[in-house]
This record gives sequence, structure tokens and C-alpha cells, in this order.
Amino acid sequence: MSQLSVKHLLGIKDLTKEDIALILATAKNFKEVINRPIKKVPSLRDITIANVFFENSTRTRLSFELAQKRLSADVINFSSSSSSVKKGETLLDTVNNILAMKVDMIVMRHSSVGAPHFLARHIQANIVNAGDGTHEHPTQALLDSFSIQESLGQVEGKKVCIFGDILHSRVALSNIYALKKQNAEVMVCGPNTLLPRYLKDLGVKVELDLRKALQWCDVANVLRIQLERQTIKYFPSLREYSLYYGINKEILDSLNKEILIMHPGPINRGIELTSDVADSSHSVILDQVENGVAVRMAVLYLLAGGVKN
Amino acid sequence: MEKRIIITHQLLQIIIERLCRQIIEKHDSFKHSVILGMQPRGVFLAERIHRKLQELLEKEIPLGYLDTTFYRDDFRRKDIQLRANETRVPFTIEGKNVILVDDVLYTGRTVRAAMDAMIAFGRPERVDLAVLIDRKYSRDLPIQANYVGKGVNCLSSEKVLVELVEQEGIAEDGIWLIKKPN
Repeated sequence: MSQLSVKHLLGIKDLTKEDIALILATAKNFKEVINRPIKKVPSLRDITIANVFFENSTRTRLSFELAQKRLSADVINFSSSSSSVKKGETLLDTVNNILAMKVDMIVMRHSSVGAPHFLARHIQANIVNAGDGTHEHPTQALLDSFSIQESLGQVEGKKVCIFGDILHSRVALSNIYALKKQNAEVMVCGPNTLLPRYLKDLGVKVELDLRKALQWCDVANVLRIQLERQTIKYFPSLREYSLYYGINKEILDSLNKEILIMHPGPINRGIELTSDVADSSHSVILDQVENGVAVRMAVLYLLAGGVKN
Repeated sequence: MEKRIIITHQLLQIIIERLCRQIIEKHDSFKHSVILGMQPRGVFLAERIHRKLQELLEKEIPLGYLDTTFYRDDFRRKDIQLRANETRVPFTIEGKNVILVDDVLYTGRTVRAAMDAMIAFGRPERVDLAVLIDRKYSRDLPIQANYVGKGVNCLSSEKVLVELVEQEGIAEDGIWLIKKPN
């Protein structure tokens, strides 16, 4: 297999196990590329990519932009705060206007679930979902799998627990799909109010006790509490949350094993992770950021060279 | 499918030894020389040349592997997408005399891509090309090899098949000329 089975990367749900393996293997090649004296290859020199961000992002947008530049693609950036969306233009019109300028690929973040799926039905260009509401964030899940593979050798058979705000997290859902497809065991841990009800249908274990979950897992993927998405109060206070679900060095030291600490960023230090954990040798948080560029290069490269129109 | 042998195992040993002697003639003490095998199939030949050269010169010579996939000029122009291989260049190329090694020189496009890929690791002093088989009169680009195992004059409907024991499922070395099925 040297080609993806899909034309767009809308979500991990649509990928096969082989697709994921191909992306991770190609990302390994690109990780070597971005560590060379000249960190650039000419593969996408005849491609123009538009980064269309209807929702704020720093890390993901920078990571995509860097990945595109490392592949020699031409890049245009668009953010909704400075655009005609404010003047009442529809999503399809906005994107069609961008495509009329001869753009080959769209990387889109949108606050509405399914926005990239809607676009995929109406336009020819390849689409990469950079996060749609609380639904999926496929490149984050791929880079998390890449980081697990890099640290632990493989994803298959590993026990991964996702901690925190599962209900509002697109990172959690994409990770669950990605990990299950690679035959890892998945658990989620957080306050009951932040755990969606359909979880058991996805074959995921649920644990409410932080200590038990940590004792079970090989990898702890810790999420941020997304206060901006919470319209009602799901727990009494941040202080109470961090008392019950904050991971600190004391708890990690009390386990009889070492676990890998991951976080998709941005970290709220002192809430879900204390600084001594976030900066410890168990943490691969900054490796995840580096791997993000390599994984996004792999996704863009494989989609650009893939299924012909 | 017609299949004709052009280099046997015995002849291959002799050719590799001759290539090594020719390389030594030009590179003398190998003070600033490095070997780069081209992925995927040039690496086995590069390893053999490397081993022989170390034996003849009784010294360590740097060996690297270079993958050209991301530098190819036919990306998005072919139906089949190539899978990348590992690039491992554990030394700097700046100021070095590089010996690029590949199995078959045909259109010259892979070598062009390799030169681009190589320059990402620094500016070499000089670049030589060593190939086992030179398919003559079939170049798309103005590229030629400095060291040639054997020049072959064949039709575009024919294919050179390189079988080395390092490849999976190959019991004996042999370089073959085969007729492509229509």
C-alpha cells in the first residue's frame, strides 16, 4: 500500500488501518527531512493550499503552514475574523471564491460539526479537517499515535487513557477511532458530567477514579478543560476539578510503573497537569508538537499524490 | 517471458572489485570521500562496494543511504505513488567527494533527484556516479556515470532485472535482461 483510500482527510473514522500505517510510516520519513540542515523538499511545488480557519488556532495553523512550506507548497491564509464571513457570505461561497483563485487543497477549521464533510460534497479540491467543532481533529490523533509509536515502539496492544473533558473534545473522539483501529486498548477518565453517554458503543472503558486509571494505562493523554465550549457548569469549580483530576508528580511517583504523559496543548498549568509533570522526562508534549509537522507533511503529501480527480 | 542473463554471480564479484579499484584510482586516500547508496536498490550495491573498499584500503569509509522519493519530478504525474524509504546520512556532505551508487542508470531522472536530495545535507566538493548497469542511448537528461559495471544497449521494451542475495527471496546474484509483457 502506497496510496490512501480517501481523497479527503475528514476524520479518522473514514480511514482504514492501512491508511493510518501509511501516514505514520511516511511521517517518519518527513521527521528525518525536518531534521536536515535544509529542511525542505520540493514535492508540492506546483500546489497551492489555503488554510481556512473559522475558529482560532495557533499551534495547528502554524504547524500546517510550516508543513506546507517544508513541502514547497504555496500557502494562503484566511481567518474568519478578517473576512467577508462577517458580511454574511456563506461557507460554500467563501470556499468557492478561494478555489476560483486556483487553489488545490483546503485545510479547514470550523466551529460547526460536519462543516468539512459538507464542503467535500460540493467541491473538487482535497480537504483536510483541522478540527470541526466537538467532532474530529484527525491530524492531532495521528500525531498522538505517531508519538506513542516513537516512544513505545508500537500502538497495538498499548493501554491508552484519555483524561479530562471528553464531551467537548474533538481530540478525544479522533484519538479513540485511531487507537481502536490500531488495536490499542482505550479508556477515558474524567468527571461523569464530562463523559458522553455513547462511549461504551465505541468499545472504550470508562473510569471515574484518576488513580485507578493511571495505574491501568501505559499512556496518559491529558486534555484541557474547554471552558469556552461549556455553556453550563459541569463541575463546581476548577479548583475542585484539579483536586480530583489534576495529575501531579506525587500521584505519578506513587504508581509502580512509568507512564508516558501527552497533552495536545494548550496546557492549563496547575489544572489538569502540574508544571513538574508537564516538564518531566515522562512528558513528550514538545515532541508531539515536532511530530505534528511531520505528520501533517505526510497527510498533505499523500493526499496531493493520491486519487486523481 | 524471455529472460537472458547479462551478469552472473562470478562476473559480479570481478566487476565490483574493478569498480573499487577505479574509485581508488581517483579518490586516492579517501580522506574526504563518502559513499551514498541510492534507495531502494542502490544500497545493496553501495554496501558491497563499501565493504570491498574498506577491505582494500583497510580504513573506515562513511556510508549513507539516500532516498529520492520527495525530490522526484514525476510526483502527481504518475498513477502509482511511490513509497518513501529511509534516508540515513550520518555525516555532513559539505566539502566532501561523494560517490553516488545505484544499480541501473536509465533515464537519469533518479540521479537528478538524488543530486537535489544530497544538496540538502551540504555542498559537496565533487560528485561521482557509480552504476552497475548503464542503459546506453536512453537518457532523458545530460547525465553520465563515472564508473560503469557494464554498458547495456537494449530496447525500451526490455527491462533490466537486478537480483542480489540481499533482496528478499533471492538465492543467487544475477543481472537479467527481460522482455516486458505487452
